[in-house]
Amino acid sequence: MSLQTPPIDLQCQNLCKTFGSHRAVREISFAIPSGSFFSILGPSGCGKTTLLRMLAGFLEPDSGDIRIKSQSMLGVPPNKRPLNMVFQHLALFPMMSVGDNIGYGLRRRSVGADEIRRRVADVLKRVGLPDAAEKRVDQLSGGQKQRIALARCLVLEPTVLLLDEPLGALDLKLREQMKIELKQLQQTFGTTFVYITHDQSEAMVMSDQVAVMNHGRFEQVASPQALYYAPATPFVAGFVGDSNRIEGRLVGGGEGPRILSRHGLSLAVSPAGEHPLEDGAGVEAFVRPESIRVARGVHDMASDNQLVATVETVLFDGANSRIEVRESVHQLDLLVRLPQTHEFADLRRGETVSLGWMSGQTLCFASGGGDGDRGGGQGGRG
Amino acid sequence: MKSDGLRLGTWLLLGPALLWLLLLIVLPHVDMLLVSLRQRTGFGQYQTSTVHYLAFFTEPLYWRTFMRTAVMSILATILTLVIAFPVAWYIAKMVRGRVRSLLFMACLVPFWVSELVRTYGWMILLRETGVVSGFLQWTGLASGSVEMLYNDVAVMVGLVYASMLFMVVPLVTTLDSLDDCLIEAAYDLGGNGWSVLREIVIPFAMPGIVSGCIVVFMLSLGNYLTPVLLGGKGSMWFTEQIFTQFIVRFNWEQGAAFGVLLLVLSSLIVWLGLKLTRQSFTEVMR
Amino acid sequence: MTIRTGLTLRTLAVLPAAIVLALPLGVCAEELRLLTWGGYAPDEVVQAFEKETGIKVLVTLSNNEDMISKLRATGGAGFDLAQPSQDRITSAQQEFNIYKPIEFTKINQAQIIDSMLAATRKNTAIGDEVFGVPHIWGTSGLIVNQSVAERMKDWTDLCGPDLTGKVSYRMRRPILIGMAFAMGEDPFEAYADAPRYESMMEKVGEALIACKPNVKAYWGGGDELINLVSSGEVVAAEGWDAGGWKLHDTKPEISFVAPKSGALGWIDTFALPRRGKNDEAAYKWINFVMKPEIAAQITKSAGNFSASKGAEAFVDEKLKANYEASFDQAAIDNIKWYPPVPAGLEAIEGRILDRVQAAK
Ligand SMILES: Nc1ncnc2c1ncn2[C@@H]1O[C@H](COP(=O)(O)OP(=O)(O)OP(=O)(O)O)[C@@H](O)[C@H]1O
Ligand SMILES: [Mg+2]
Repeated sequence: MSLQTPPIDLQCQNLCKTFGSHRAVREISFAIPSGSFFSILGPSGCGKTTLLRMLAGFLEPDSGDIRIKSQSMLGVPPNKRPLNMVFQHLALFPMMSVGDNIGYGLRRRSVGADEIRRRVADVLKRVGLPDAAEKRVDQLSGGQKQRIALARCLVLEPTVLLLDEPLGALDLKLREQMKIELKQLQQTFGTTFVYITHDQSEAMVMSDQVAVMNHGRFEQVASPQALYYAPATPFVAGFVGDSNRIEGRLVGGGEGPRILSRHGLSLAVSPAGEHPLEDGAGVEAFVRPESIRVARGVHDMASDNQLVATVETVLFDGANSRIEVRESVHQLDLLVRLPQTHEFADLRRGETVSLGWMSGQTLCFASGGGDGDRGGGQGGRG
Repeated sequence: MKSDGLRLGTWLLLGPALLWLLLLIVLPHVDMLLVSLRQRTGFGQYQTSTVHYLAFFTEPLYWRTFMRTAVMSILATILTLVIAFPVAWYIAKMVRGRVRSLLFMACLVPFWVSELVRTYGWMILLRETGVVSGFLQWTGLASGSVEMLYNDVAVMVGLVYASMLFMVVPLVTTLDSLDDCLIEAAYDLGGNGWSVLREIVIPFAMPGIVSGCIVVFMLSLGNYLTPVLLGGKGSMWFTEQIFTQFIVRFNWEQGAAFGVLLLVLSSLIVWLGLKLTRQSFTEVMR
Repeated sequence: MTIRTGLTLRTLAVLPAAIVLALPLGVCAEELRLLTWGGYAPDEVVQAFEKETGIKVLVTLSNNEDMISKLRATGGAGFDLAQPSQDRITSAQQEFNIYKPIEFTKINQAQIIDSMLAATRKNTAIGDEVFGVPHIWGTSGLIVNQSVAERMKDWTDLCGPDLTGKVSYRMRRPILIGMAFAMGEDPFEAYADAPRYESMMEKVGEALIACKPNVKAYWGGGDELINLVSSGEVVAAEGWDAGGWKLHDTKPEISFVAPKSGALGWIDTFALPRRGKNDEAAYKWINFVMKPEIAAQITKSAGNFSASKGAEAFVDEKLKANYEASFDQAAIDNIKWYPPVPAGLEAIEGRILDRVQAAK
């Protein structure tokens, strides 16, 4: 690892695109360093594909600039841009063999036939399908098609590779496997990847940087860890990972800020987000299920926030088992992650449990800052 | 038991189709073949002979007429393809909803009137005292009346016009199934308009192109009214020759021989066309 | 499954039987299936006949070649009465055996002009059997625009100078025969002598090839001819007298001219298809339409005169005037009536016509 910061491959400034009255992409700016894996994560319809199509050159931005290696791409047609795209449904050419599919871009660049054959064989070997050149496209499995689509772009050695939900069409098992493979391929080829997805797990596992997009805007651009531990907006807090959401008003005090819910529950929180929190203002707090400690019976949990609640549902899912609990006095429902100890193996509905968590794990944002959309149902609970 | 019942059911379902095929397609052709192979020797007397086939090859008029018909039909097919492709592209890719059905309708409209009326329509437009000529004189583009009827160009116009729909429909169907992503992918990988057309669109549309071409070629070859009414005094069409032999000369034997030859030779041309474009018939008809 | 198969089977078995049963049942009223030319069976005549006899008349329009082809295809079935031209009967009968002899006792011969009846009897006889009764007669000649009327006296004048692209004729027998007469030959006399006829026709063919620049288009059907002439695109054409007279009624500058070498006369007849089913109705029709008033009605719709005695008295004055303008007595006497066409002549003519059409 060099200490030098790598050069910027792709840079966007104030990119905007409007369809009629619908502002699909608004004021987006980012810069992607060479060789990194950059993901754009957002709910369906938030403008991811629109953004990507502008990068690829299929859409002209209304305003703003796109630069690749500090060269402006405005007005450059898609076939002249030093980036390639893997399409949502791969778009392999059905009338050509696999070899011809991969060689297509090279033929367009008037590379000699021998050279093409050599490079096609080479890239096929690197994606792990050395014997596929003569096959027809419909003879390939889903995962193989995926790799061929990638190889078709990578053989051109693009500066940036755009991928639009390329794993969307695969089944769950294959998707898990391809996630890892994609990351490995990206590392061996060293190409800059811009990867679009609405699946946070894909984004988290593979990316160096993730941009969380909502309503045509980037809410936060950060490493997966930062998104998880230090979300910058309520949307990110709700969208990335699971979260319990609690609405209320901010109450200042001697021992630090607290949230007072509509039903009179008071919890210690730590302020987050860019907007300063004011006393008495409406706020929302997020607590992750895995941040909450749990014990059977009534105990002192030695935490900033403590509750006694009743188990409503046990959601057994092996290592990822959770319970839904209800605190009846303040009418608070919470999702709590079960620790992997035998202690909870026979936990039943109706049992009383004690819950506790620290104020540092209760992130509090000023509410009303967003546009009311609170993510694709991933975790936000009231 | 069950499989027996099933098999019987299949036969019964297929029965009418097979019967239809046999009665209306196979038998007449067999009969035509038999008629073509006999020669009249006296009043109502015949003997087996191939003179009528020989006549086709020895009488230059006959095979020249056939060649002319075939070449004109091929030309009409190519022209129809060239004109229909952008139209089909526009219908399949550029427009949606109402406009699309309207355009389809526009292709269909000529078929709401009979072929005769359609051809007379062209005659009214193209004749010396017709609409186009009058318009040209009115605008001053022509000083005297212009005759556009009774030549091969008029025949070509009529043939292309009559064939349009049969080319547009299969093309639209195949182009419809062409995913826009394929075209974008091709551009993205460095293709330009021409290479995308040549390497992606045309290969993809090939089944539609070939089936459209076969239909249009056969229709043109078998057309009778258009070449007869729009054609010039020296123009001859092979179907006209067949008609003349059957109806005017009462020479059924010669007419039948021409009919068989038309069938064989046109099949041969289609087969050659398929070979040249490396398409297989089963694939095209899929 | 079994039930459904059973049902299908039964339906399939019953269906054809039902169709077969339905066919003869459909024929309840008496019918006359008439194969004839346009204008020969006008609606009012058909209605009057139905009223008088209760016989329904089904009219199929046709022409000489088509009639022979239709009857040939069925061996003379499908129609009860046909109307071929008299010159086309004997050869078709000898070749295809599609007619049956006429029983003259069943025909009211007093209604028919004697000379025509006699001529047709002679021309349509094979041995002792006669196959035709005369009905309508007319001629082929020249349809001429006033602008060139001075120069249009005979068939060969169609090929005169200064007529490039202004002439039309049909690529059928009349133009060949007319040209032969105008060139001083007698093709009818040569009918019996095939080699002589062939060499005569070859000469005509050459003349027609030389004439080609004058031709605008060969006409095929009557409406094509009318379009060409009435638009003025064509100033002289070969055509039927009735067509010429019809054009004259709407465009006075167009008239029918009997060529100097003689207009070509044809007589359309009644003939009984060999396997016709209702001869009685056919005879009734013949006797009905030969009544002078009825014949005059047909003359009005067809544009041609009939062999009915005394029908002129009922004919439209305008038509009579047209007729007299085209034919003086000398022209009538000079009409060349088609004799029966011997078999094989059509083949010779066909070759010549093909050659003319193919020539540049
Ligand atoms: N050509 C267009 N015309 C009008 N509106 C469009 C067009 N393309 C996209 N939109 C709209 O812009 C918004 C963003 O679309 P986009 O395809 O970018 O979403 P996405 O984030 O890719 O969604 P998904 O995850 O479902 O693919 C959507 O509301 C869509 O309806
Ligand atoms: Mg998308």
